[in-house]
Amino acid sequence: MRVNVTVNGEHRRADHVWEGESLLYLLRERLGLPGAKNACEQGECGSCTVYLDGVPACACLVAAGQAEGREVRTVEGLADGDELDPVQESFVERGAVQCGFCTPGLLVAAHDLIERNHQPSDAEIREALAGNLCRCTGYEKILDAVRLAAARKVEAAQ
Amino acid sequence: MSTPIPTRSPQELDDTITGGIGESPLRPDGVLKVRGEFAYSSDLWHEDMLWGATLRSPHPHALITGIDTAAALAVPGVHAVLTHEDVPGENVYGLKYQDTPALAADRVRYQGEPVAILAADHPEIARQALKEIVVHYAVLEPITDPERAAHDTTLPKLHPDGNLVRYQRIVRGDPDAEADVVVSGVYEIGMQDQAFLGPESGLAIPAEDGGVDLYLATQWLHVDQRQTAKALGLPLEKVRLTLSGVGGAFGGREDLSMQIHSCLLALRTGRPVKMVYNREESFFGHVHRHPAKMYYEHGATKDGDLVYVRARMYFDGGAYASKTPVVVGNGTTLSVGPYNVPNAKIEGWGVYSNNPTCGAMRGLGAVQPTYAYESQMDKLAAALGMDPADLRIRNAMSEGSANVTGQVIDFPAPVAELVQRVKDMPLPPENRTSPVDIRELPGGASNTTHGEGVVRGIGYGVTIKNISYAEGLDDYSTARVRLELLGGEPVAMVHTAAAEVGQGLVTLQQQIARTELGVPRVTVPPADTGVGDAGSSSASRQTYITGGAVRNACRAVADRVFARAARQLGRSPEGMALSGGKLVASDGEVLAGLADILGDEAIEETREYHHRPTYPLDPETGQGDAHVQYGFSAHRAVVDVDTELGLVKVVQLDCAQDVGKAMNPDAVIAQIQGGSAQGLGLAVMEEIQVRDGKVRNPSFTDYLIPTVLDMPPMRIDVLERADPHAPYGVRGVGEPPTISATPAIANAIRAATGLELPRVPIRPEHITGT
Repeated sequence: MRVNVTVNGEHRRADHVWEGESLLYLLRERLGLPGAKNACEQGECGSCTVYLDGVPACACLVAAGQAEGREVRTVEGLADGDELDPVQESFVERGAVQCGFCTPGLLVAAHDLIERNHQPSDAEIREALAGNLCRCTGYEKILDAVRLAAARKVEAAQ
Repeated sequence: MSTPIPTRSPQELDDTITGGIGESPLRPDGVLKVRGEFAYSSDLWHEDMLWGATLRSPHPHALITGIDTAAALAVPGVHAVLTHEDVPGENVYGLKYQDTPALAADRVRYQGEPVAILAADHPEIARQALKEIVVHYAVLEPITDPERAAHDTTLPKLHPDGNLVRYQRIVRGDPDAEADVVVSGVYEIGMQDQAFLGPESGLAIPAEDGGVDLYLATQWLHVDQRQTAKALGLPLEKVRLTLSGVGGAFGGREDLSMQIHSCLLALRTGRPVKMVYNREESFFGHVHRHPAKMYYEHGATKDGDLVYVRARMYFDGGAYASKTPVVVGNGTTLSVGPYNVPNAKIEGWGVYSNNPTCGAMRGLGAVQPTYAYESQMDKLAAALGMDPADLRIRNAMSEGSANVTGQVIDFPAPVAELVQRVKDMPLPPENRTSPVDIRELPGGASNTTHGEGVVRGIGYGVTIKNISYAEGLDDYSTARVRLELLGGEPVAMVHTAAAEVGQGLVTLQQQIARTELGVPRVTVPPADTGVGDAGSSSASRQTYITGGAVRNACRAVADRVFARAARQLGRSPEGMALSGGKLVASDGEVLAGLADILGDEAIEETREYHHRPTYPLDPETGQGDAHVQYGFSAHRAVVDVDTELGLVKVVQLDCAQDVGKAMNPDAVIAQIQGGSAQGLGLAVMEEIQVRDGKVRNPSFTDYLIPTVLDMPPMRIDVLERADPHAPYGVRGVGEPPTISATPAIANAIRAATGLELPRVPIRPEHITGT
């Protein structure tokens, strides 16, 4: 089948998509956007989190055909050209990235949290990121990064 | 060489970041990673590539009586189906013993063993075609009890020499010593998984010279190259490996997974072949941490001085040897912990069974005994009526102590200080009187308690871990350093084959070169087999060993700069140094710009670093200077336990560790935090559950790793007691925090509940007794 989807603001078309393919496969293998990661492909680890019509979703759990006509924003679409989003900047600065495999999914989840809630408490950050597994960092530096990104967002809004 | 390289191949890292040794510069791969542009091995892509897939045994133990691949080969879109008969070289590999078939021939020894492989146009076609391969099995009774495997000679032999991989005995002082106070226990530890997030994956591209280029995630390129080339029947230089992005490792990428298979398929089809395991396959496709059963007896004086330790421990290595010999070596030599023990009798067995194969995982061979002896230390403290931390401090080894193998510790060993430091850290408030945020309680937002039935406990865990390879192995690394002018600016390039698996080695290589050569810009090309062996990114050894090699190569380059400058300036090279892109004299006088000395002629040097020799253990007494260095860490855990539901919330987890020299302090803290999380996982949730040789939970739904809700805040205290024998005084950092976190949490749960809890992970039913 053919799938039309808007990805990071750009209209994309994929032909000969097999009905069983996931949105994650479509993005990674057909559209050349490997930022969303394939760690469990079962919706458990959050590594493939993308925005689907503005709502975070595990791309591995969405059939490619379900994305027809919809808007997807991936980690590749967070930065504004060369300028990183504050949440990306904070992850780099606070050492929240080690192997980095969980990072794209965490960034989308954290970005969504901060968009919704400019001043999240620690408990709220933990709750928002509870669906994203990280095996390297022990999470403390990720929490630091999200706190910093939120502070910067507030600062930028003022 | 005109072999094409894959799209999304390893990228150039940022060479504009600054900062030398002892600072915490940013990662040069950080921006690529947050932009989603860093190419991990599962992201590799090539026009015309095929997808490889693996058929695995459903049985833990069976004879193969026939394989029919015709139907699979007839599936449209399938390009090759291969079995053991298609392995052109030796169909056997292994890290220590050559006992593992690349593809099973006449027998399978574990559930998930690779039997056949195929390549197809689409991953789904590949998966469907696997079902068309017909394998005839004669199912056999699996051997699943490691103690029986060690002693029962009537069991069938899984390998020609039987079912014992290694037996090691250590006898020190009087093995039959007696003591006033004696405690004993039997401890078990479940099978933990590395659970790295990036799946086993890579892309093999056939080359025009009849060889193959393999882009992959691994921990040790050269050992993969040697094993793969042997199976392919090719000379080493025709099997070239390049590291692509590695999504975590933790020991799980030391053994081969898809290396031989992808190359076989690429060479057979003449097309690039990509292989990516899904999560379930990943659980079958790599080795795990050895489960163990350990019998311990400690004897002490009434005052609390250790008199003896006697222990017997069984390590289940599963179907193939992998790192089992090393686990037995580490397990026995580290069996009494960081304590002075005059008398000991220790025995360790590592065995073959039909359980999943076990090999390297963070804390290799030290995790198991540490859990046991630290449980014993609390039991002993209770028997003596002593404070558990004070008992540990009283018996702590220090510089000049001899360990259980008779090796004298000739470098700092501040064990007592580490324990004292975690003991002195402030405790979290009890927080039970005011209205409680239920998210902070066991069960969290599931709203299972508002504090009733919740008890708090405090526990300690202390460990000693050997750093780098041991028992006489010549462990080394190679670095090539080049200094040249690029755009008029001096730039250093550091090329090694050392694997960056997330720990920050690329950052460190830049830091060392910037410090040694006094240049701000350092490039680090992808690690590959085009430069000498760097050994494995494991055993907490890379900062020490590859760091040493980079230092040596930089200093050799600097010496040539000095010699050249001496000729040009007509003065002695004595006292010259490089700093801030300039050549300076010992009194700080600027002699010349580095650019002027270098001119158009680059300087390149390749150097190795070998650590000082170690020696094998005496086979009878187990005595010997087996290890080159040790790392030490101490944890204190505070837990809340819901005794009615058996739920545990780790409230706080504090750590003190000696790192010799914090080369990158932020990265050191990150290693301690991440390592502690893995230790927490083993204490309360992580286990591959195996019954009758079959894995029952090969998914992230059922194999639980800690989330951000499970990890508590940590206080971390880093000591820097330089090791005079190590480059820059460094001490391996990565493993100790994983090891000591587990017993600290287990001891805290015991303190809270008063239960024996002789097995980790501690599950709710162990606490509720249901």
